[in-house]
Amino acid sequence: MKMEKSILAAITTDQSRERVGGGMPIFYCDTREELEMVAANLEAIIDGIAHALSKDLYIIVKH
Amino acid sequence: MNEYTYPILFGIIVGTGLRLMMLRTDYRQYPTYLHGKIIHISLGFIAASLGTLAVPSIMEKEFTAVTFLALAASQFREVRNMERNTMTELDEYELVPRGNTYIEGIAVAFEGRNYIVIITSLLSTLAYLAFNIWAALVAAIILYFLSKKLMSGSTLKDIVHINYVEPHFEGAGLYVDNIYIMNIGLPERQEEILRYGMGFILEPKNFNVRSTIANLGQRQAILHDVSVTLGVFRDSGTPALVPLIKRDLDDGRIGVFILPQDNDLDRAIKTIGAVPVLENAIRMPSESRPEMEGKKR
Repeated sequence: MKMEKSILAAITTDQSRERVGGGMPIFYCDTREELEMVAANLEAIIDGIAHALSKDLYIIVKH
Repeated sequence: MNEYTYPILFGIIVGTGLRLMMLRTDYRQYPTYLHGKIIHISLGFIAASLGTLAVPSIMEKEFTAVTFLALAASQFREVRNMERNTMTELDEYELVPRGNTYIEGIAVAFEGRNYIVIITSLLSTLAYLAFNIWAALVAAIILYFLSKKLMSGSTLKDIVHINYVEPHFEGAGLYVDNIYIMNIGLPERQEEILRYGMGFILEPKNFNVRSTIANLGQRQAILHDVSVTLGVFRDSGTPALVPLIKRDLDDGRIGVFILPQDNDLDRAIKTIGAVPVLENAIRMPSESRPEMEGKKR
């Protein structure tokens, strides 16, 4: 099966760090500015698109 | 020199001339460069020769000579393969690809045009030999207009209403009118999209059109043509900046989101209107009548 889309990374400011699961890189940030900066950099580096799931959770998806 | 020299010359010139006239390079068509054109002019010449020679062969009672028309058919099918392969290869490096449906449509047109050349040469030579050069000229002119009429399909403005709508964001979701396009997370990307993006709503004029414009190949063709004509605000490392078309499932309208470099509204509407309706995307649900078929059996 060909994977059409995959989530490459998650970036979050959510501080409830105990709820960690799954096998993808998770980037924790302290502020929303930091979150946006990390997401922008990751988007540029891995050629994915930064999607916002909520105001403190972004994912990078390779389309 | 014999009695067939002039009719044959006439047929070949008319056929090759017709192929030349059909070989326009406009803003969306391949081929754009000299070598591609030479290939097609040469093939047009061969097609014209084949069509022309069939007539004297029959008149000389050399009926087997007609079998080379079968050879011609397989030869020109090869043209279609050639075009398809070339364009598919090139498509990978387009910022906004043509899509397979569009490519197939162009390839089919290339094959079909050679057959038109054969028919034109055949009929005009026949007219020359059966009557005289004036009859042949009239036949050639009639065939030229006929081929022009037959080979020009409809364009999008015939089947849809095109309205401009400014794209907007609801949270991270990008919308054109009420049609959801995609999720853009980063605020700076959102700003770029609002600055450069344009949205259009294509409203189908009737029920048949709904399935035609829903075709993914047709949608890709729209995006490609618009990007070629108006430029595209995009680069290889920016997958978020992608022109997209999504569909409103309720009423079959489609929302076109584009990122042109030239934000000329009139030109954009004209360009979308001039996108050809792809032969392979046309659906006619109203022409199929399953209930009537059932009664016949």
